[in-house]
Amino acid sequence: MATVEATLQGTPDVPLMVKLKRAERRQRLQALALIVPLALFLLLVFIFPLAGMLVRSVENPEVANTLPKTVAALHGWDGKAAPGEPVFVALSQDLQQAYENKTVANAAKRLNSEISGYRSLVMNTARKMPLTDAASMREGFVAIDARWGELPYWHAIARNTGRYTSYYLLAAVDHQIDDQGNIVATDPQQAVFLPILGRTLWMSLVVTVICIGLGYPLAYLLASLPARQSNLLMIMVLLPFWTSVLVRVAAWIVLLQNEGLINKTLIAVGITHEPIQLVFNQVGVYIAMVHIMLPFMILPVYSVMKGIPVVYVKAAISLGSHPFAAFWRIYFPQTLAGLGAGSLLVFIITIGYYITPALLGSPKEQMMSYFVAFYTNVTINWGMAAALGTLLLLVTLILYAVYSRLIGTSRLKLG
Amino acid sequence: MNKRILSTACFGMLAACLTQAAIAKDLTVISFGGASQEAQAKAYYEPFTKATGINIIPVAYNGEMAKIKAMVEAGKPTWDVVEVESPELLRGCEEGLFEKLDYGKIGDKKDFIPGSVSDCGIGIFVWSVVLAYNADLVKGTPASWADFWDVKKYPGKRGLRKGAKYTLEIALLADGVPPAEIYKVLATKAGVERAFKKLDQIKPNIQWWEAGAQPPQLLASGDLVMSSAYNGRIDAAQKEGKNLKIVWNGSIYDVDSWAIPKGDPKSAEAYQYIAFASKPENQKVFSGFIAYGPTNTKAVSLIDPKRADVLPTAPANLKGAFAIDIPFWVDRGEELEQRFNTWAAAN
Repeated sequence: MATVEATLQGTPDVPLMVKLKRAERRQRLQALALIVPLALFLLLVFIFPLAGMLVRSVENPEVANTLPKTVAALHGWDGKAAPGEPVFVALSQDLQQAYENKTVANAAKRLNSEISGYRSLVMNTARKMPLTDAASMREGFVAIDARWGELPYWHAIARNTGRYTSYYLLAAVDHQIDDQGNIVATDPQQAVFLPILGRTLWMSLVVTVICIGLGYPLAYLLASLPARQSNLLMIMVLLPFWTSVLVRVAAWIVLLQNEGLINKTLIAVGITHEPIQLVFNQVGVYIAMVHIMLPFMILPVYSVMKGIPVVYVKAAISLGSHPFAAFWRIYFPQTLAGLGAGSLLVFIITIGYYITPALLGSPKEQMMSYFVAFYTNVTINWGMAAALGTLLLLVTLILYAVYSRLIGTSRLKLG
Repeated sequence: MNKRILSTACFGMLAACLTQAAIAKDLTVISFGGASQEAQAKAYYEPFTKATGINIIPVAYNGEMAKIKAMVEAGKPTWDVVEVESPELLRGCEEGLFEKLDYGKIGDKKDFIPGSVSDCGIGIFVWSVVLAYNADLVKGTPASWADFWDVKKYPGKRGLRKGAKYTLEIALLADGVPPAEIYKVLATKAGVERAFKKLDQIKPNIQWWEAGAQPPQLLASGDLVMSSAYNGRIDAAQKEGKNLKIVWNGSIYDVDSWAIPKGDPKSAEAYQYIAFASKPENQKVFSGFIAYGPTNTKAVSLIDPKRADVLPTAPANLKGAFAIDIPFWVDRGEELEQRFNTWAAAN
């Protein structure tokens, strides 16, 4: 810095324009230096993990790492008949080595997700290595288990010789690669993710629409009331907003369950004799999700309404417009930016919802994130979890693109 | 000034040493929570701390292996002793998530019931998945899973564990498959179809549970009239005065085991704990608090015969019961769970 200043002052021959440009550049650099911590933070906690997830969804190291000789020997295999003796020899060496290194279970697990039962086939065979008394390796393998002579089991290995795979991403949209190498739809009994994605989007849409219906009038009320009353109302909007989601979900269970406050009241009043099922179904999930998402709709809409002068509508009415027409044609268009921002916020956050449907819903209300958690925690299939995460990310980006196309991001007002 | 810095540094070091000592005396033990973990606290944690001075930090989980895998991959597990179910134990052992146990530090293998001793785990107790019902709400006495399916005779919501494991077996039992042939049937495509078809019949009447502590709560609150449940949890609820009953016919039993995550820096203390919890006199105390059967054969003779009658290991209770097929679930688990998810998510 000091040298730059010295050159600026010490060289009177430099034209003013150049000096000005240098000064500007220095200021820009200083401004950039201010956001370096933020950029680093984003890089570390956002971009880096996200990239890691994207890579995980295509990574496929298990077979290539565990069975390197087999992979090499399978190179050039035509796939029409079970491979020849050299491949069996390579596999026996690989299995023996992997068994000693305790890595064989990784490949076994990966292959098991291609064909159920492959896991024990690999584990049992690996335990019996090395084969010493068999006439040929091939016969020895088939003697251990006849499946080693069957084509699909070899296709499963051949499909996974590469370090990267489209397996998880295809599975996330209910497709797979068959033995002939074609992309085909998954067996309908195993195809779960596209219907779940559809349901996730549908539920998000319903929540967004209900939030608009409930939030817009409330935001209007907040914006038009005198400061004292609107502040009180605002606190009532914000208090639940600041309460932990988990606490609110638990509270809803207490309120909505069969023996809960609401059902007891309904029965006492005589509206119903049997308790109404309000929780562990769609009703409960929608109630709680709308409750949680409502502030995300109210706040941006309110902030936009606050900036709209009352005089416009008054002027329209005084010029003879019907009050509703004045609202619809003068006031409403001005709130669109807030409404758009609120809807986008609510929709995108709802797409990723996990804990509310998991606690308040039945299996029929589970959204995409439930399956991300399922593959992360229960089956430890992190490739599948990453692929589903990638799918969700993609949907979110598309939504954002559509939104900015329709309304324009410059008009997005987040409060 | 220098003096003050010196004394601060000394104090800091002292504090560091103290916390180090405190950490060394803690052992993190993971179990499935609820009544089962409470019984473990009384039978194992508290006496162990009294005997050795090692403090137990109890943690509850639902059997997810993901955390253990992440810890083992990161190289420094903070969980020292984990209670695991058999399929997870076998899988985790093969995948190198658990230490190979040195039985010299635990006890004589011969003292334990068959099936409770393996490379990476030693049995803690025998448990059963049973049919439990709220006797206040159910008129009559259901006697089998076929009655569980009879929504006309016994109206009301039923609970089943959200997952394929146990659920498919139960469906086949209800469809009349004898216990000895369950896994033979389930190994075929037609058998899986049959199980799901049977489940279709009562799908609208099912409420799914995930944690073992849920069925007794939901039964007691009247949200469910019948449910599959872990027998010990029902026993614990009975002790609290809830009118819940158990049907032993068609129960599925398995062993839960202690395992040590690979690379655990406190494995010496972990062994000490496992050895302590495997002693017959301590297992006897545990079975007194919750109705799970001991794995140490020497504990069986110590248990009061009246108490022994309510354990899954009682001969009368084993009639019509069968053991879960661990290799089957290790092999087919992923496919069947996926199929189950697809089925459960559909309308």
